[in-house]
Amino acid sequence: MINLTIDGQKASAAPDRSVLEVCRQSGIKIPALCYHPALPAYGACRLCLVEVEERGRSKITASCLFPVREGLVVRTNTDTVIQRRRIMAELLLARCPSSEAVQAIAAEIGVTESRFPKKNEDCILCGLCTRVCSELMKTGAIDFTGRGNRRKVQPAYNRSSPLCLACGACQWVCPTGVGLLEKASARPPRPILSEFDAGLAGRPSIYIPYPQAIPKAAVIDSQTCVHFRKARELDACKACQQFCQAGAIDYEQQEELIDLDIGAVVIAPGFELCDHTLRAEYGFGQYPNVLSSLQFERVLSASGPYQGIVRRPSDGREPQRIASIQCVGSREEEANYCSSVCCMYAVKHALMAKEHAPGVEYTIFFMDLRAFGKGFDAYYQRAQEAGVRFVRARPATVEQVGEKGDLRIKYLNERGEFKDEEFDLVVLSAGMRPAMRAAELAHRLGVAQGDNGYCLTRPLEPLASSRPGVLVCGTFTEPKDIPETVMQASGAAASAMAMLAEARGTLVAPKHYPPEKDVSGEEPRIGVFVCHCGRNIGGVVNVPEVVEYARSLPNVEYAEENLYTCSTDSQAKMRQAIEEHRLNRVVVASCTPRTHEPLFRDTLREAGLNPYLFEMANIRDQCSWVHMHEPEKATRKSRALVRMAVAKARLIEALAERTLPLNHDALVVGGGVAGMTAALALADQGFGVHLVERESELGGHAQHVRYLFDGQDPQDFLSRLVQRTLGHSKIATHLGTRVAGIEGFVGNFKTRLAANGDGLEVEHGAVIVATGAEILQTSEYLYGQNERVLTQVEFEQKLSRAEVAADTIVMIQCVGSRETERPYCSRLCCAQAIRNALKLKEQRPRANLFVLYRDIRTYGFSEQYYRTAREKGVRFIRYEPESKPEVSAAEAGLQIKIRDPILNRMLRIDCDLLVLSTAVVPRAGGQELAQMLKVPLNQDRFFLEAHLKLRPVDFATDGVFLCGLAHSPKNLEETIVQATAAASRATTLLAKERLTPESAISQVVDENCDGCAYCIDPCPYHALTLIEYMKGGAVKKTVEANEALCKGCGVCQATCPKNGIFVKHYRIDQIAAVVEAALVP
Amino acid sequence: MSEEQFEPIIVAFCCNWCSYAGADLAGTSRLQYPPNVRIVRVMCSGMVHPKLVMDALNKGADGVLICGCHPGDCHYLEGNLKAQKRAEAIGLLLEDFGLEPERFRLEWVSASEGPRFAQVMTDMVEAVRSLGPSPYRAA
Repeated sequence: MINLTIDGQKASAAPDRSVLEVCRQSGIKIPALCYHPALPAYGACRLCLVEVEERGRSKITASCLFPVREGLVVRTNTDTVIQRRRIMAELLLARCPSSEAVQAIAAEIGVTESRFPKKNEDCILCGLCTRVCSELMKTGAIDFTGRGNRRKVQPAYNRSSPLCLACGACQWVCPTGVGLLEKASARPPRPILSEFDAGLAGRPSIYIPYPQAIPKAAVIDSQTCVHFRKARELDACKACQQFCQAGAIDYEQQEELIDLDIGAVVIAPGFELCDHTLRAEYGFGQYPNVLSSLQFERVLSASGPYQGIVRRPSDGREPQRIASIQCVGSREEEANYCSSVCCMYAVKHALMAKEHAPGVEYTIFFMDLRAFGKGFDAYYQRAQEAGVRFVRARPATVEQVGEKGDLRIKYLNERGEFKDEEFDLVVLSAGMRPAMRAAELAHRLGVAQGDNGYCLTRPLEPLASSRPGVLVCGTFTEPKDIPETVMQASGAAASAMAMLAEARGTLVAPKHYPPEKDVSGEEPRIGVFVCHCGRNIGGVVNVPEVVEYARSLPNVEYAEENLYTCSTDSQAKMRQAIEEHRLNRVVVASCTPRTHEPLFRDTLREAGLNPYLFEMANIRDQCSWVHMHEPEKATRKSRALVRMAVAKARLIEALAERTLPLNHDALVVGGGVAGMTAALALADQGFGVHLVERESELGGHAQHVRYLFDGQDPQDFLSRLVQRTLGHSKIATHLGTRVAGIEGFVGNFKTRLAANGDGLEVEHGAVIVATGAEILQTSEYLYGQNERVLTQVEFEQKLSRAEVAADTIVMIQCVGSRETERPYCSRLCCAQAIRNALKLKEQRPRANLFVLYRDIRTYGFSEQYYRTAREKGVRFIRYEPESKPEVSAAEAGLQIKIRDPILNRMLRIDCDLLVLSTAVVPRAGGQELAQMLKVPLNQDRFFLEAHLKLRPVDFATDGVFLCGLAHSPKNLEETIVQATAAASRATTLLAKERLTPESAISQVVDENCDGCAYCIDPCPYHALTLIEYMKGGAVKKTVEANEALCKGCGVCQATCPKNGIFVKHYRIDQIAAVVEAALVP
Repeated sequence: MSEEQFEPIIVAFCCNWCSYAGADLAGTSRLQYPPNVRIVRVMCSGMVHPKLVMDALNKGADGVLICGCHPGDCHYLEGNLKAQKRAEAIGLLLEDFGLEPERFRLEWVSASEGPRFAQVMTDMVEAVRSLGPSPYRAA
């Protein structure tokens, strides 16, 4: 290292640095226009002048060209230096009087007017662009031409250059923002489009694919990176390598082949959107304001190309009239299926657009609005109330009108009238396709695909591919929404785990730590480690100053700076410092605890300290990166952040890692397909199961399912499932039994079972709720009064016995569903009706069959059967909820009257048989079980999971899981998937040796607690109970916290008026100390 | 040079799961906002006792923010809604202490809303700057 003096302060630097670099690193501002860290210094702008003194002799020189030398004295702010810089600035200002960059840098050194004759140039001839083009990019498409005052930068002969790669580096480095690129490039330069922003924004050649990418590491796009585009021996660019202080850039990295020994494979290659250019009539790719749904999703996103302001691409204007067109690339000849998710995302887009700009008029053109998921119809209702317009039509064309990019949609409305309407923006709800690379993967694995390209699976083995041992999940099996995908993923994991049951845990190598030192009685001895994070922090914040400041804080025994505190050698140094300086608290000032706290806590454990004796100051993500242009203020803020962390560190305590024993058995409530599937999935992995069924036999609702689309026999499946369940050595089946009471909590439940007066108590670690649902017994449409009126389930039984003799049959859909009383869709009835219709047509091809419906919701692949049914002559007539069909008994049968909205007149159908698709309704006993388990029901009285999308089989209460119809209406295939998923989630718990609950949880301070119980109700985990005990001869009330249930959210401590309860590690006095430290001026 | 403008100190209680992550995302996205904010990481907006807010204001904070997950997104189910209820009470306390209501705010910022985080911080700093120093600030 070389020692020098800058403005009276000592500094040290590596020998190859220039004075400019060292000054800037020390936070001293030196103006410069022609300097760029990726290029050798050039000394053209002369703004970086400083005074250097060596051996008593001083001179004014360009600091960018002057290397540091031992004993050098540098003065950056003497009168002479400033005066010279001002003259240089005046010269530059005279050359480029209208350049904002020059004006700004001149103003900074106090020059606003030039005394020299003005020229109207836009280029200061700094040579950055020519140097970057020739020296870095090895291209040489532009250079200086002419001499003296005719000198300028241009491509040869001032014509576009065939050498130019249009990489844009010249434009990027230019301090005055002159666009040479257009002139130099033979082809019009185009930005590299960001895949994540669906082509609506640009991205560099080296980039982090999206903000939440895991791992959050940059990748190089070798297709556009100049280093890779140029011949290897040229060794072009490599600017990123120069900037990356961590040395993470490796241009030689190659694809590696790794051999793995595995027992099961799960494939989840996902989907992509259909190529909209197939629907040329909608103008995608042709008109800028026709967007795909994915693009619009990005437009709506706060981190999207317009920062969450809804704009249209053509002119950046905020659109007032937006249209969504549904089923683009779905439900058509070449994609004879429904993509299942587009209706709901279109509704979501509409509501979000209205949230962004309340005045927006949003129109959705749709065929059937398929809001079939849990809570979806209510959401659809909300959109209608919010003024979203729904038009039942499939538009013919979209065309652009006028210059500004407005669009006209032509469509035929339901009445058969031609309409055209203008919109500012059109969004195409694009259908799903299997990902391009999925086919290659499937081929390589020897997994069969269907004609439509999706992976072949069967409804009763929905997670198995055609090859044993290869499981499949996600949208590669069929288009589906997030919750179904999550369920399939968990289910596939459980299926894989069953295959690997014997090997479970055999590859886990436990890590050993030294015994933990007891530091409880000691005065805090704090070590502070401040990270430069390369230039990320050190480039803005004066790290040495922060370290110096940290040393001055109370209880700080040691402080040091690291280039990267998280690097292996820094970690070793930290362990050593803990040892040497007997540190008992550690503060790291670096990045965010959300990513790095676990690493540092582990280092503490390795050094024999409790991991909770650690605190972090986030001086990168929340300081240097967000105050990049204010180094002084950022340094001051960093000092404050370190002060706050130290203040907390003085008060933190070791928290013992707690472990609790757990019972490895599960209780499954409900013996239908869901319950049996879950029980078997657990038992096959070796866990004991108590399966409780209140009826005298297993089977549940599936006993009524006679047909499946692909011809598999559900009754055969069911009887095999029952046999396997009854015969499994790990499953204890309790028939004719109900749950009478549940005590305990995750890992340790005790349940009383009651059967015909007999009681039994079982112990278990987890509960799976699979209590099923019922079919509504309606009184509508003469059901129960006329024997010609059946429910769909009853009809199915008759069909299976070939007892249907009717010639004209009418089915009514949505009986009891999607009504005020039951505002949800029963999801399975549309497919069931069509399945039965096809069966009937098979048995009685000449029968007349009418299906009266509101929306046909044959999502996914069942759409093809809807088409088949129409081809076979089944007639579908839509009705509006306000003009429901009227049914009356006639002499020889039934008479149905219905208003056909297309013909707009009443139709009369005389029929022999009326079949009602009645709603799926929750079971009556749900509330009781819910209370026993302390889990919620939704407003439709189905069980309510922890998160509708992301945690579809978990409850917020740990150790309790959910599957089957008790969750919401669903078909057999979905039930099997969800049951396997519930077993999978239960396995994550049951497979543990012991439970290790969160350590930072609430603790009652008995002497402060007077038992007012304010905290008990707000606790979301029911972890608190009011207890009484005898104290000094009197009854003392106090609250008890259940350590297994508490998650440390701290709602209790914020509720308590008496400091009677707090959360460890986030105690009020600890937070208050942090706040107080924040307020030090 | 003109007279130095007033630099308020804002204490922002940010929940670990959403808002603190949103603040990190603002960082990774290099979104600039004024350096007047001091983020205090808490596990949930629902753990912030009103006393902490009032103490901060009494001891010289010029403004206090509580930032949590959007309703429905709370990691602990409904902690943010509890925070919302308490915010109403805090509003009443401000009046008793003779403080302007603008000195305290409750905001929802999700983990993916880096731009929103930067915006909320900028707005708060500017709003408090225009109010001037807190009357409780040590002279």
